[in-house]
Amino acid sequence: MAQIAVIAKENYPLYIRSTPMENELKFHYMVHTSLDVVDEKISAMGKALVDQRELYLGLLYPTEDYKVYGYVTNSKVKFVMVVDSSNTALRDNEIRSMFRKLHNSYTDVMCNPFYNPGDRIQSRAFDNMVTSMMIQVC
Amino acid sequence: MRARSAWAGVRRLGWCMADKVLFEFLHTEMVAELWAPHPDPGPGGQKRSLSILESIGFRVGQALGERLPQETLGFREELDVLKFLCKDLWVAVFHKQMDSLRTNHQGTYVLQDNSFPLLVPMASGLQYVEEAPKCSVSPAPVPGLHLRPSVRHPQYPRLPELGHHLCDIPACL
Repeated sequence: MAQIAVIAKENYPLYIRSTPMENELKFHYMVHTSLDVVDEKISAMGKALVDQRELYLGLLYPTEDYKVYGYVTNSKVKFVMVVDSSNTALRDNEIRSMFRKLHNSYTDVMCNPFYNPGDRIQSRAFDNMVTSMMIQVC
Repeated sequence: MRARSAWAGVRRLGWCMADKVLFEFLHTEMVAELWAPHPDPGPGGQKRSLSILESIGFRVGQALGERLPQETLGFREELDVLKFLCKDLWVAVFHKQMDSLRTNHQGTYVLQDNSFPLLVPMASGLQYVEEAPKCSVSPAPVPGLHLRPSVRHPQYPRLPELGHHLCDIPACL
């Protein structure tokens, strides 16, 4: 079970996809609440005296059933991934590489001249990439 | 004459540099097409053409703003954003860096480019001086990073300097 969400700078969703299809509302709610944690992490990183910021935010918060991971781009677009806690085979590196793939696909969507930034993402290539990632996770 | 010098340039620099010239030509034609006084102006007239031009630059800048910083890590503050603008973005689009960046550390930044590539061809003579500010697409290439530039008009009649005066940065980084 997993969910992947792309959230715009103004905190509205550009793309949400979850498997399985039932209980989708619960996933939407979880992504919504994780936005607070994302904002917290971003502002914390801004104040910290670290030389450079990382885009990958890591594990945002674990619940008893799920783990939520976050990633933010330079244009403040957030990617949130919710995975099943029982899936212990998933390591940090794999999550990082998944986020990087997401970022690359999102950049491709942005460079599409027919896409208006701020619209929902309806690209088939993006859909296929997300589908393949979900198969990998589940 | 322009075409001949462009071809000489291509032969000198090799085939791989042709895209610089192509970009210049494309840009010139785009501006000429949109700026030319229309015998039958549509609704809004020339103002609409200008806004079309600006929105093209805006959109391209947004895409570049996504694509270019992908390798670099996150920006910590406004200064990082502006350094990226001066170095990476300028190099990617104009193959040179911005010449100087000054700040008063209170939200105002002055970026100076002593030989803005889109205006340099006009510097060779004085005839285009009045046309110069209007003919260049206002480079609003940082919408994704949320800065609002206002282009200051070139001061010198000889070599147009392009100064961007950024103030009141909303800092939605």
